[in-house]
Amino acid sequence: MCKVCSLSRAVDQIPNGASLLIGGFMGVGSPHRLIDELVKQGKRDLTVIINDTARPDFGVGKLVDAKAIRRLVTSHIGLNPETQRQMLAGEMEVDLVPQGTLAERIRAGGTGLGGVLTRTGVGTVVAEGKSTVDVDGETFLLERPLVADFSLIRAWRADHLGNLQYELTARNFNPAMAMAGATVIAEAGEIVPVGMIAPDQVETVSVVVDTLVSRED
Amino acid sequence: MDTKNLIAQRVAQELKAGDLVNLGIGLPTLVANYVPAGTQIFFQSENGVIGMKPLDIPNTSSDSLTDAGGMPTSVIPGAAAFDSVASFGFIRGGHLAVTVLGGLQVDEAGQLANWMVPGKMVPGMGGAMDLVSGAKRVIVAMTHTAKGAPKILKACTLPLTSVRRVALIVTEMAVIEPTEDGLMLREVAPGVTVDDVLAATEARLIVGESTPTMAVAA
Repeated sequence: MCKVCSLSRAVDQIPNGASLLIGGFMGVGSPHRLIDELVKQGKRDLTVIINDTARPDFGVGKLVDAKAIRRLVTSHIGLNPETQRQMLAGEMEVDLVPQGTLAERIRAGGTGLGGVLTRTGVGTVVAEGKSTVDVDGETFLLERPLVADFSLIRAWRADHLGNLQYELTARNFNPAMAMAGATVIAEAGEIVPVGMIAPDQVETVSVVVDTLVSRED
Repeated sequence: MDTKNLIAQRVAQELKAGDLVNLGIGLPTLVANYVPAGTQIFFQSENGVIGMKPLDIPNTSSDSLTDAGGMPTSVIPGAAAFDSVASFGFIRGGHLAVTVLGGLQVDEAGQLANWMVPGKMVPGMGGAMDLVSGAKRVIVAMTHTAKGAPKILKACTLPLTSVRRVALIVTEMAVIEPTEDGLMLREVAPGVTVDDVLAATEARLIVGESTPTMAVAA
């Protein structure tokens, strides 16, 4: 079995209607080649879980522009007027989640937890319809785990086994998301021979990475 | 000095050497300009770095070092990068000394609303709810009114960011401290009277026998 495959084959696996965890923060650390290929292949009715929708014509903003997203789970859409327009027009369902809660829900999904307890959102609209749990007299919200059919990850460097390293603020949601997708597809700035990334430097372990996109198509 | 810089200058006086601080986008970012030379503050950017130099010229050719608005930034020697799970662990876990955030409304209970105007502007809360729920001190830095209308109200009409009471409100007119008893007027800006502040505030303010003037360069 070879993990490394072409960009088009990697994205061929994703059916219309799939749920996707996509890394990135304002497009930094997003898998831009995978996003471009999703648009090129005309995928639609997607559920996308991502920190924010970047800007029009940038990062996941391209999927918004292409009207490829049916449902969005995110913390911030303030810098993408087109996301706000589609939401207010009822063209896209948007579930706004506090950023730290989003990170923890994905972590819970990827690590087999039944959810997390947080103070964030207690007493606000975020708490509507959710269970609360009292711990030592303090009220916490029960936030449920998030998983998806696919995780689309951007790494700074990979080896041919699929071990991944990240860079600076391009790390963001990628490590947690790499644990929470049923199928994990990663693109990397560089793919190096196995052994070049020392065990202490591996941030996402190859065993969770299913497909690594080759540098060239 | 313009309104925003006056507010930023006053907020900066609240920061102490060694503090881990998170500045919101916009006006709060200006606070970094007024930290006294020689006072080391560790600025966090919630997209995954501690040791950011806000407002500095980006000192890296990497497009992987950005602030929370996605713009290139720079860091001090000794800075650290981490993922979003860790980043919000600092925020919720009591490790953040101060967060400075903008505000749309604050009420008599010291509750902040700053993340949406239903049906009009729905940017999303981003990290604001975690910051207000988790930081040791929450400082709201905002203009006192919006187009003449008070923003410090008896009760917020916009959806709350958190039910937690914020520590301090700094505007171009006043410094106000929310307490158990209500909103205490602590300071007025140079050239502003207590009556000016009361007239521009819908909420009840508790006024002491004397109200000092903010120590800012006007």
